Amino acid sequence: MGQRTPLYDAHLAAGARLVDFGGWDMPVHYGSQVEEHHSVRRAAGAFDVSHMCVVDLTGDGVRPFLGRLLANDVGRLTRPGKALYSCMLREDGGVIDDLIVYFIQPGFFRLVVNAGTADKDLAWIRSQAAGHAVEVTARRDLGIVAVQGPDARAVCTPLLPAGCPAADLAPFSATACGDWFVARTGYTGEDGFEVILPVGALPGFWSALLAAGVRPCGLGARDTLRLEAGMNLYGSDMDETVTPLESGLAWTVAFSDGRDFIGRAALEAQLAAGSVRRLVGLLLEDRGVLRSHQRVVTAAGEGEVTSGTFSPTLSRSIGLARLPAAAGDRVEVDIRGRLLPARIVKPPFVRHGRALPGILETTEESKP
Amino acid sequence: MSQVPADLRYTRSHEWVRQLPDGSVEVGITDHAQAALGDLVFVEVPEGGRTVGSGDAFAVVESVKAASDVYAPIAGEVISGNDALATRPELINEEPYGQGYIARLRPGSAAEIEGLLDAAQYTAHLASEA
Repeated sequence: MGQRTPLYDAHLAAGARLVDFGGWDMPVHYGSQVEEHHSVRRAAGAFDVSHMCVVDLTGDGVRPFLGRLLANDVGRLTRPGKALYSCMLREDGGVIDDLIVYFIQPGFFRLVVNAGTADKDLAWIRSQAAGHAVEVTARRDLGIVAVQGPDARAVCTPLLPAGCPAADLAPFSATACGDWFVARTGYTGEDGFEVILPVGALPGFWSALLAAGVRPCGLGARDTLRLEAGMNLYGSDMDETVTPLESGLAWTVAFSDGRDFIGRAALEAQLAAGSVRRLVGLLLEDRGVLRSHQRVVTAAGEGEVTSGTFSPTLSRSIGLARLPAAAGDRVEVDIRGRLLPARIVKPPFVRHGRALPGILETTEESKP
Repeated sequence: MSQVPADLRYTRSHEWVRQLPDGSVEVGITDHAQAALGDLVFVEVPEGGRTVGSGDAFAVVESVKAASDVYAPIAGEVISGNDALATRPELINEEPYGQGYIARLRPGSAAEIEGLLDAAQYTAHLASEA
């Protein structure tokens, strides 16, 4: 038996099918993964993501410590409430985890890290914090609910603590409301909130969301939504064996500020050596479904699908793949022994409910 | 509770077999199987003329989540795959025992069908797996 969030009984009551995810028993769907996906694209859905771990960093040394710990530059977080996405790297540039860091107030930052990596992340952060004036606190007393979709903010706002200024939040920023914390962030490509709240308040908030018509959504829909949105999944699209540069995450690595962040030298050496593999979006042109670990054949050598699924919004199969640097625009994917044509496209595939320009059009023209 | 029609035969791997008056059979996956797989988005059916052995992987059903093999419940020759599934894989979710059948086969031996589970045995098998 895995770990359970405080909403475990509520999930069972709602008909959830549970799976193991990073050591946690989590809902994969509540009946129909595809319907849950469409609910988020068209209205609003709620995800229990309390398996993810909130880590609070406090003390006078926090900002310089994060400047060393994270590949992205927390110096960009100039105003309280701003959020930043970053990788946390090993010295050799391998990705320990990807995370969101929130600047709450001077001397107080909050990280949200993945469930399956939380223990190793904490061990790493604590080991690196030695010598810095930083206190590291894992907040297992907090749960997280993501409310996502075009209607999400309007439905969710009245259910937040009275006086919570969440309605005024700009994208990718957050605000505290007493012991709640509300961020306008997400993992779906839609608008919405991620609400961090005391575990005792979790069941009441969850049932209020459902009573307001928000559909409960499982990790299955979360995966198809994030892949349509072109977002990486730790453990599938990147891990400790690859760097952000070969994971489509070069945009999250801040070299220009001259900081000596952990992994910097390794990344610079990789760039200097050249021919860095790249993570690209794939659209399968034939019928079938891209799946992780399928072999990709390109003119410049072989690569591998790192994430693949059927896109409910596009009714086509999409994926991410790590390919040789010189791979052209057209590749073939080995699906059960047959090589099927796929086209390299620039993620995201879908944003705010619609296919992005260039994702489908070229394919239509290329049909015989 | 998943449906288990009384007039069909079943396998432990959740396929069903319907005997037709002309001696051929329809095969598909059970209501329990489609529910466990979730929304189906792609189905690869066998081509007519192919000879299959009992237990051979002869079709693939893919949900949003994963790909799964479908095993031939009996040996025989494929008469035709259900081509409607190419454009409407969800037929398996909607009518697993009807329009969502996977293929028609000409059985190698009628006796092999008699060796499959009947509805009561399959229901007991489902209960034992639960």
